[in-house]
Amino acid sequence: MSEVPKELRYLETHEWVRNEGDGTVTIGITDHAQDALGDVVFVELPEVGSELAAGDESAVVESVKAASDIYAPVSGEVIAVNEQLEDEPETVNNSPYGDGWFYKVRMSDPSELDELLDADGYRAVAEEE
Amino acid sequence: MGNRTALFDRHQALGGKMVDFGGWDMPLHYGSQIREHEAVRSDCGMFDVSHMRVADVTGPQALAFLRYLLANDVAKAAPGKAIYSAMLNPEGGIIDDLIVYVMADDCYRLVLNCATGEADIQWMRRHIEGFEAALTPRPELGIIAVQGPNAIARLKAVACGDAGAALDAMSAFACAQVGSWTLARTGYTGEDGAEIILPAEKLEDLWQRLLDAGVVPAGLGARDTLRLEAGLNLYGNDMDAEHSPLESNLAWTVAWEPAERDFIGREALARQRTEGVRQRLVGLVMTGRGVLRAHQVVRVPGSDERGEITSGTFSPTLGHAIALARVPASAKGEVFVDMRGKDVAARIVKPGFVKNGKSQIQDIS
Repeated sequence: MSEVPKELRYLETHEWVRNEGDGTVTIGITDHAQDALGDVVFVELPEVGSELAAGDESAVVESVKAASDIYAPVSGEVIAVNEQLEDEPETVNNSPYGDGWFYKVRMSDPSELDELLDADGYRAVAEEE
Repeated sequence: MGNRTALFDRHQALGGKMVDFGGWDMPLHYGSQIREHEAVRSDCGMFDVSHMRVADVTGPQALAFLRYLLANDVAKAAPGKAIYSAMLNPEGGIIDDLIVYVMADDCYRLVLNCATGEADIQWMRRHIEGFEAALTPRPELGIIAVQGPNAIARLKAVACGDAGAALDAMSAFACAQVGSWTLARTGYTGEDGAEIILPAEKLEDLWQRLLDAGVVPAGLGARDTLRLEAGLNLYGNDMDAEHSPLESNLAWTVAWEPAERDFIGREALARQRTEGVRQRLVGLVMTGRGVLRAHQVVRVPGSDERGEITSGTFSPTLGHAIALARVPASAKGEVFVDMRGKDVAARIVKPGFVKNGKSQIQDIS
């Protein structure tokens, strides 16, 4: 089974969210997702300054196998994107929870975090696949 | 559970991500498809292709049967040579594509696609009647493909007996029986290399020896990106029973001469040749971000007719997307591909994007 860190929150669609504790979150895709996708070759990220609502299509990841939409887990303003992914998309495969993060958001409604899956909940979803 | 080759346990032990392919459990990759692709382009990789179906056609009229069955003329290949051909239905549509290894004047070894193999055998049984020839499926055989610029050197280092000397003596598309091995200088990657057909119980030993010699195991994922870079069609994607060789970039595999040779599909094909084809299979390149994929719609400026991508991928060698597409016959230059709702410009080129590790992209004039 792939890695599912305890301290993160998750969407059923395989995004993870790290609460940075200062009203911002970092978002990426899970180890299970990168493994299922295979080698990532392009990542299309949102623009810094754009406003996302929870559930919006916020990014696209293209692997050798398929193109997948990445959904916004929470609402808010995009405050940073991981520019390293432009030149080194394989970082998503090599370090899905570390250097392979996608973007950061300043939350407009932090209570949305409570609606996300915890690690056990996500593991159950991933194991079903 | 699907069919398994004799190397199934080895694939699992190597961390292979197993997927269903035409009813067979086969490795998609062993960690990274791109690294496996690069190993074949720069050094040497190996593929278990034992899911492909081997069948022998033998007897005094074996050649006469194959010359009737296939669009290419097997008589063009002398013993010790391989020939590639399409097998057609009477309408000229492609039932399958295959390689025929000419082992002797009265002995021919065919390698068929796994998904179509069973239907092919039925088709051949129907048409072999009346010929003094026998068709024998050989499910007890497996195939390992060793491909890459260093493939022959690596294979020679692990080969027993006369196989090394035989490899040295063989040019491209040559084949020979050496002990229990059918050795052939053929492949599906656009690189130098060989395919070895051997008894399934000997697969593990050869696989292990190649592994010990540093040959990189590669899965179906890399096999697909390699063949697409090389501009080689895949049955079911770029070829099917609804389209003829003339519409599938395979006109070069149709032997019109001698004119008196009758083969299944000839009449329909000749008619199409006279009337001209409505569509043809071309290459596409797209150098922007994103990946061309099968079934995306192709719009041709100045034409109401739409085309369709039949196979598409990210080319690891070129660093951008490439595809094969069936488009209106007159189309050339710039076209537009509907990529997830966006109209993205792509360029029509000759199929065949990479040869021996180098770009060979050419516009169609």
